[in-house]
Amino acid sequence: MGQFIQQLINGLTLGSVYGLIALGYTMVYGIIGMINFAHGDIYMVAAIISVTVITLLAALGISAVPLALMVTLLVVMAFTAVYGWSVERVAYRPLRTAPRLAPLISAIGMSIFLQNMVQLTQGARVKPIADMMPGQFNLFTFDGFTVFLSYTQLMIIVVTVVLLAIFTYIITRTSFGRQQRACEQDQTMTALLGVNVDRTISLTFMLGAALAAIAGVMVTIYYGVVDFAIGFVAGLKAFTAAVLGGIGSLPGAVLGGLIIGMLESFWSAYYSPEYKDVAGFALLILVLMFRPSGLLGRPEVEKV
Amino acid sequence: MNTLQKKLSVAGACVASMLSAQAFADYSVAIAGPMTGAYASAGEQIKRGAEMAVADINAKGGVNGQKLKLEIGDDACDPKQAVSVANAMVNKKIVFMHGHWCSSSTIPASDIYNEAQIPMATVSTNPQVTERGLKNIFRIMGRDDQQGGVAGAYVAKRFAGQKVAVLDDKSAYGKGLADETAKGMQAKGMKPALRESITAGEKDYSGIVSKMKAAGVQVLVYGGYHTEVALILRQAQQAGMKLMVMGGDTLSNNEIVTAAGGNADSVLFTFAPDSRANPAAADVVKRFRAAKVEPDGYVLYAYAAMQLFQQAATTAKSVKYNDLRKALAGGSFNTVVGKMSFDAKGDLKVPAFVVYQWKGNKYEAVK
Repeated sequence: MGQFIQQLINGLTLGSVYGLIALGYTMVYGIIGMINFAHGDIYMVAAIISVTVITLLAALGISAVPLALMVTLLVVMAFTAVYGWSVERVAYRPLRTAPRLAPLISAIGMSIFLQNMVQLTQGARVKPIADMMPGQFNLFTFDGFTVFLSYTQLMIIVVTVVLLAIFTYIITRTSFGRQQRACEQDQTMTALLGVNVDRTISLTFMLGAALAAIAGVMVTIYYGVVDFAIGFVAGLKAFTAAVLGGIGSLPGAVLGGLIIGMLESFWSAYYSPEYKDVAGFALLILVLMFRPSGLLGRPEVEKV
Repeated sequence: MNTLQKKLSVAGACVASMLSAQAFADYSVAIAGPMTGAYASAGEQIKRGAEMAVADINAKGGVNGQKLKLEIGDDACDPKQAVSVANAMVNKKIVFMHGHWCSSSTIPASDIYNEAQIPMATVSTNPQVTERGLKNIFRIMGRDDQQGGVAGAYVAKRFAGQKVAVLDDKSAYGKGLADETAKGMQAKGMKPALRESITAGEKDYSGIVSKMKAAGVQVLVYGGYHTEVALILRQAQQAGMKLMVMGGDTLSNNEIVTAAGGNADSVLFTFAPDSRANPAAADVVKRFRAAKVEPDGYVLYAYAAMQLFQQAATTAKSVKYNDLRKALAGGSFNTVVGKMSFDAKGDLKVPAFVVYQWKGNKYEAVK
């Protein structure tokens, strides 16, 4: 029982991390129908920048956690948004009218480029930070097993829920969200109606990158170590989460992330950690067999 | 044949002769390992060691009057990439290879070097590296069955009566080592309380950590690389566990000190006797430190591999495969990591493993 609750908490946290990254995938897919495979590496870049910022703040003597956290988030989001914008400008915009496979390949190229750039400029070694938010709530003890919820875990879960709410609001209620949805349906028509399509897409990429930045900061604080290779696995899992939940749907991304996180956590607890990825991907296949557009996705309507 | 064609073919022959003259002016020796990827810090150690060795050998006039030229191959610990690195190295006509590092890369790559008749010295510890009857391979480190035996016996003695979990990362090296260590424990009458595998390259191991916590595990025997075990240690500490770790030679990487966030002191590992204390290595160690390189882990092994080549090629007075192989197989060599000679399989005749424990940012032998 104790372990069950603990694994639930572990799964929720891990799932929230996947969900946070998956939100970025789904936003970009929602507007240009393209999988931004460099998203995982944008998240890695964010995590590396956050190590620099956190170390710098500690050196400057800023030790109040809420202040340090806010400053870190803002700085990392700003830098990462620039990355998101540049990636779109360099790798995707020139290919917007090209066949669908072309931007996919350039996305993979971008991913390899970012990964190697960070490795060469920052070195291959792992970068650790000191525990920024030590401490935890010891919830209860059952059969000698103390169930805990650390402050960082709580923060990650809360941040994910809040961001999901904010971004759902932006897309469904603001004029920017309307422009985004218009771009998704028909870019030419949207442009004719006086919407700056390039600007809307650029902004979406910057928002997606900002989401990756938040995920990067959270993960840096939670796991305490970061290296240039973390983007690949995380990106793959988040992409799976986005597809599972229905790519293009924001709540779907978080739901998919949570399902995969919990599945991994319970599977490694009660069966074997060896086969947890098999379980995750088997579930993905099952869901796609019965709901090809994912749990919360809308089937694509062919426009005639 | 018209004159133009004649002129061209003469020119071509000239260029070809110049090229080949240049290619055979030096001996090309090579290292291969994870220069990029998650284990790139080990690749860096190998590179540092080999570069210093080649520079030293060249400063003393080279080998048989020929200068050495160092080729560097990056396999990123990926078996597929290791094979293409091996093919590229064969094309570069190398005469000796130090590598690869990960057992799962060394095994497929060694078939290619064997076919191309290139002798190699490796630090990969999986038994299969030398068990396949290849004649070109020499292992300058012990084997996992020896390493696991030492580790298993140590765990059974020091942690008698405690609950021990055995984990590996599913790699050829990690799984082999974990299996051998479990065997060594069982030989001393200790049964692992848990036997699991994890996926390398992830960040979240809280699932397996909670499982160990629920099972009351106090000691973790880990087969794998330092990056994952450091994360497990951090997450175990967060979960309020006091976990001791017993691992293999790869945990000698000092990256574990920072990565484990202050928990590295509970890490034990087996490794060859620390050669930094060798009198034969004193001078080299001093120069490494002057160059701001701490010669730990695989640095001195890479240096020793190049010395091995130098001494064998000098004895053989040639770098032809048969001569060089015979010299390597039959000789006894003085290197910075100690005396080396090989048995019929290509394993070290006197391998030794010592148990170390991290203390601060250094490791010390423990009794």
